[in-house]
Amino acid sequence: MKQNNMLAMILAGGRGSRLHELTKKVAKPAVSYGGKYRIIDFPLSNCANSGIDVVGVLTQYESVLLNSYVAAGRRWGLDAKDSGVYVLPPREKSDADLDVYRGTADAISQNIDFIDTYSPEYLLILSGDHIYKMNYAKMLAYHKECQSDATIAVIEVPMKEASRFGIMNTNDTGRIIEFEEKPEHPKSNLASMGIYIFNWKTLRKMLLADMKNPDSSHDFGKDIIPTLLNEGKNVFAYKYKGYWKDVGTIDSLWEANMDLLSKNNELDLHDPTWKIYTEDATALPQYIGADATIEKAFITQGCVVNGEVKNSVLFTNSKVAAGAKVIDSVLMPGAEVAEGAVVTRALVADGIKIGKNAVVGSADSENIELVAKRVKGDE
Amino acid sequence: MNKAFGIINFAGNHIKVEGLQDYRPVGAFSFLGRYRIIDFPISNMSNSGIDNIQVYVRRKPRSLTEHLGTGRHYNINSKRGKLSIMYTESSQVGDIYSTDIQAYIENLDCIERMPQPYVVIAPSYMIYTADYSDFIQAHIDSGADISMMYHSVDNAKDAFLACDTLNINKQKGVLSIEPNRGNAKNRNIFMDTYVMTKELFLELVNKAHKTSSMYTFADIIDEECEELDIRAVPHRGYFAAITDFKSYYDANMDLIDLKNAMNLFGDEWPVYTRTNDSCPTQYFADSKVTSSVVSNGCLIDGEIENSIIGRGCVIKPGAVVKNCVISADVVIGKGVHVENMMVDKHARLIRGKRVIADPSKPGYVKRDDTL
Repeated sequence: MKQNNMLAMILAGGRGSRLHELTKKVAKPAVSYGGKYRIIDFPLSNCANSGIDVVGVLTQYESVLLNSYVAAGRRWGLDAKDSGVYVLPPREKSDADLDVYRGTADAISQNIDFIDTYSPEYLLILSGDHIYKMNYAKMLAYHKECQSDATIAVIEVPMKEASRFGIMNTNDTGRIIEFEEKPEHPKSNLASMGIYIFNWKTLRKMLLADMKNPDSSHDFGKDIIPTLLNEGKNVFAYKYKGYWKDVGTIDSLWEANMDLLSKNNELDLHDPTWKIYTEDATALPQYIGADATIEKAFITQGCVVNGEVKNSVLFTNSKVAAGAKVIDSVLMPGAEVAEGAVVTRALVADGIKIGKNAVVGSADSENIELVAKRVKGDE
Repeated sequence: MNKAFGIINFAGNHIKVEGLQDYRPVGAFSFLGRYRIIDFPISNMSNSGIDNIQVYVRRKPRSLTEHLGTGRHYNINSKRGKLSIMYTESSQVGDIYSTDIQAYIENLDCIERMPQPYVVIAPSYMIYTADYSDFIQAHIDSGADISMMYHSVDNAKDAFLACDTLNINKQKGVLSIEPNRGNAKNRNIFMDTYVMTKELFLELVNKAHKTSSMYTFADIIDEECEELDIRAVPHRGYFAAITDFKSYYDANMDLIDLKNAMNLFGDEWPVYTRTNDSCPTQYFADSKVTSSVVSNGCLIDGEIENSIIGRGCVIKPGAVVKNCVISADVVIGKGVHVENMMVDKHARLIRGKRVIADPSKPGYVKRDDTL
């Protein structure tokens, strides 16, 4: 808390049902990404790299794995004295019954007591399912400079896609004058990234009022931000430039992985000044066999490649046997492709085995094939 | 509480690895890209439930202390267990007085304080995996005074020349410790690994110290072979001793073959190391990589064959890396052909386009050097 008087809360309760089987057992923020990471490594590492010491992670849906994963704050260096990652599922309190988080704002409201123990000046609200690198300290500096009550990070999106996002309309000083959720005729292309900095005192008051409001859906986008604007509070847009991806579907998760294959890609996971930290896997280095062919790939430790890998991302301990082909695909941790099998435009889920000579996915498919069950081969 | 604490000894004066050893002790050598040699004995102890470990160092401790840290990454319980680094201050390497006995004498009080009744001693310059809990139990069951581990080899004429051998009778009793003179193919190479009671260990250390200032622990054991009941315990699986540059290079090369590696690494026997938080390795469109072991964090445009690549290396377009052991954070520049070489950490091979050594005598590129 000492570093910048800002506490971060990560909203990680979402189910991510459009990721189908991938989120059947784990919450979306715990889904694997980029060879060795989980999605939530990004906001957590960003916090650690931005000098934020205390991070609360609000979990709800299938939270067992996520809870144990984020509780090891050491992985992100969030383990010094007065520092830590706190898992905050809904809980029963002396003055309130156990209730699920009814919305993003309610999740914060139900943890006012937790936040108060640190009495921060600023509260940073993050989403646990976005992939990006961002220095929140810079955003805080901007928040202070504008003397904002709230600052919302925005990213420019192509105008024709703007109607899929929450759009911020600003005046020429960058102050937000209007917020429109998925507008049919967008007036601007500044999309909200779901990243907010609030003055804690202001937000605290609003949350207490919001909790009592029977008409509220207790959501930042739907309730809190519109109320702030209606009350004429200072709300500024902080323009972010860089890679940012919300991986809501199998196609977009696949795409976000494929983005890593291009040279000088925007996310730049190699950057030594802004590392993304994750669980330390105890695995061998990559073993590349005598007959392997690798062309454009992102491969991590524990992988064994004896066949052909082209334009693909291989996660920890995935294996490609001799004579097998993996093209335009993603092999999640522990996935195995047996001899002679061909995998094209597919995302093979954790630990799934593709049998001998089996054929999965196709080069001209419209959507990416999710393989979440064992595929039998000729054995 | 486990029955034994562990001691990891430094490589003695007879071990000389040209080049690499100028910068760090053998235990801190990079191995197979992502490991350091000392990861093997420490993981063996940790996996065997030994969580009080003393690591002895006598010079250039920086890279080793940095790597070992608190020992947490070795799965050593931070409250009940402890990884201690024991310095010896009074002697120089190569100095006849710089022996393991001297190091133990200097740290005698720390050894005496260990609450465990047994001690397992292992070297920091050998690579193998072994379950010490079986070793300790077999020792206790046998009723012997000391048990020593050995590995039978059939190439002792050309390899393991700086190692000791065990002269064993039919009942696996140790008759003597002898240097490997390279005059026979089949030898029982001593793995510098012992188990005995703490009491006996201290007694022998004191005895050696009083007998001769240049005695090593192996010297006193050899002298006591007739008096004490010493048993030899065979080891199976992969085994390498890093005693000179060639053996270091060869051990790395051996493990490019996944079959050999599987003989060393098992699913039930994790080998831990310090994470570097490097991202996965990126292979670009023109890369060509075969028969190699690659660590994370590399950017590969060029060609790699039969080599080991450390973390965070950059292999530029048109570069060719063949039969090489490349340490972490090395750059192989555009069109540079490097063959039969060991390239030490942070080196940059940019200007000299052909860096090729004879396959029978692999070459060495210095740490931080630019060619």
